[in-house]
Amino acid sequence: MLIKKGKFIKDHQVTDYSVYQNRRDFIKTATGLGLAAATGGIIQPSFALSKPTGFSTQEAKTPYKDITSYCNFYEFGTGKADPKKYAKNLTTSPWSVLIEGECEKTGRYDLDDLLKPLSIEERIYRFRCVEGWSMVIPWMGFPLAQLIKRMKPTAKAKYVYFETLYDPKQMRGQKTKALDWPYIEGLRIDEAMNPLTLMATGLYGKDLLNQNGAPLRLVVPWKYGFKSIKSIAKIRFMEKQPVNSWQKANMTEYGFYSNVNPQVNHPRWSQRKERRIGEFRKRKTKLFNGYAEQVAGLYSGMDLKKNF
Amino acid sequence: MIKPFVFLLLLLPALLLAGAFWNQTLGANPLEAVIRNLGDWALRLLLLTLALSPLRRLTHWGQLLRLRRMVGLFAYFYAVLHLMGYLWFDQFFDWGEIGYDILERPFITIGMLCIVLLTPLALTSTNAMMRRMGKQWKRLHFLVYPIAIFAIVHFFWMVKLDVSEPTLYAIILAVLLGERLLRFVLKNKR
Repeated sequence: MLIKKGKFIKDHQVTDYSVYQNRRDFIKTATGLGLAAATGGIIQPSFALSKPTGFSTQEAKTPYKDITSYCNFYEFGTGKADPKKYAKNLTTSPWSVLIEGECEKTGRYDLDDLLKPLSIEERIYRFRCVEGWSMVIPWMGFPLAQLIKRMKPTAKAKYVYFETLYDPKQMRGQKTKALDWPYIEGLRIDEAMNPLTLMATGLYGKDLLNQNGAPLRLVVPWKYGFKSIKSIAKIRFMEKQPVNSWQKANMTEYGFYSNVNPQVNHPRWSQRKERRIGEFRKRKTKLFNGYAEQVAGLYSGMDLKKNF
Repeated sequence: MIKPFVFLLLLLPALLLAGAFWNQTLGANPLEAVIRNLGDWALRLLLLTLALSPLRRLTHWGQLLRLRRMVGLFAYFYAVLHLMGYLWFDQFFDWGEIGYDILERPFITIGMLCIVLLTPLALTSTNAMMRRMGKQWKRLHFLVYPIAIFAIVHFFWMVKLDVSEPTLYAIILAVLLGERLLRFVLKNKR
């Protein structure tokens, strides 16, 4: 276990959003001028060089190529290579997020306005898919708690509900009945407020590619990957527990919590081991994906086999 | 004349797979890709074996039936490689874990059953065995029908959500079995 606890994030380890945004704009312009290849390496290194924050793992990072080519994003098809192939058509700028439900600041927010007051930092997290493979991903993003606090949830807000964009014209997979669209995920509010829970806008110091859930996605590193909903268009504060898409698709195989747990097998396959992408032998899967120190308290007294 | 050519043709998927593995073009999870690809070919060739006799009736091309044994043996060859892939790349010969899988995971159980049932068919595929077994041979090799059904069930139970691929194979098998059933019914009517 290489997680260091309780360290403060230093100023130079995070990048002010306005600086980040300038880079975004610059890259867009540069791409237009065909300069991306020449400038990309110069623009981004301060991200790449920024030291991992206290929550980050020191484990070897999964190559960018693998993270961006081996994806589950059924909105673009059920094959692992489909998202990379078909996500190009998704327009992520402009982008807005509808905030509704049990909070004071409901409304439709432009993504840029939503991000303006925030600092983007790097978090290197383990990522474990329910299918039995894992990666180590250097995300760029901000703690979801910061966004939640700004929305001033009411006392009734016990859960946070997330919804992916629904637009079959841009997301060809939504023309099929693979899942009940739009994709839905949810967290208990204390899970959402946990400092590990991240809203990601980039990885490897670059803006998220569409196949990885651009422009805004959730990252919950102690839960199976499908909880980390992509391309978020709606956030709702709720009193009742939402039913997430995979639970709806198969109640007996997928639950609301979906915490990584080697003791609780998927009904059809074992969760005791995982293949870290790029490695030959399998690794033993850890409880809460190795984040037990930070999150086990959220589930004290709960039967994790029942609440899978 | 045609046999060596078909032999090489049937070996080609294995060669291409080995080449793709060597050149690292199998994506981020190459070991899983190898296991899946070998399973795909085992199933495809099993269905091709079953397609040869109706195809011969359709085309009146007698040569086809002489290829059936070779295609069937290649199906077994890919099935064994598929099993080896699972034992090695998926379980790394952890026999306790493999035993648990066979007992607890229906898709593994039925996959193993396929291999177990295919083995006597492969072993009795020689001319000498055909002669020695006489009528028993036909009875034994009738097993290929339940094996094909089990192999497709194995595929269905393995898939996470999208069953379009196993459904396609199921339709092909349904046509092949349906044709035989129809002929059987028509023959008994007369």
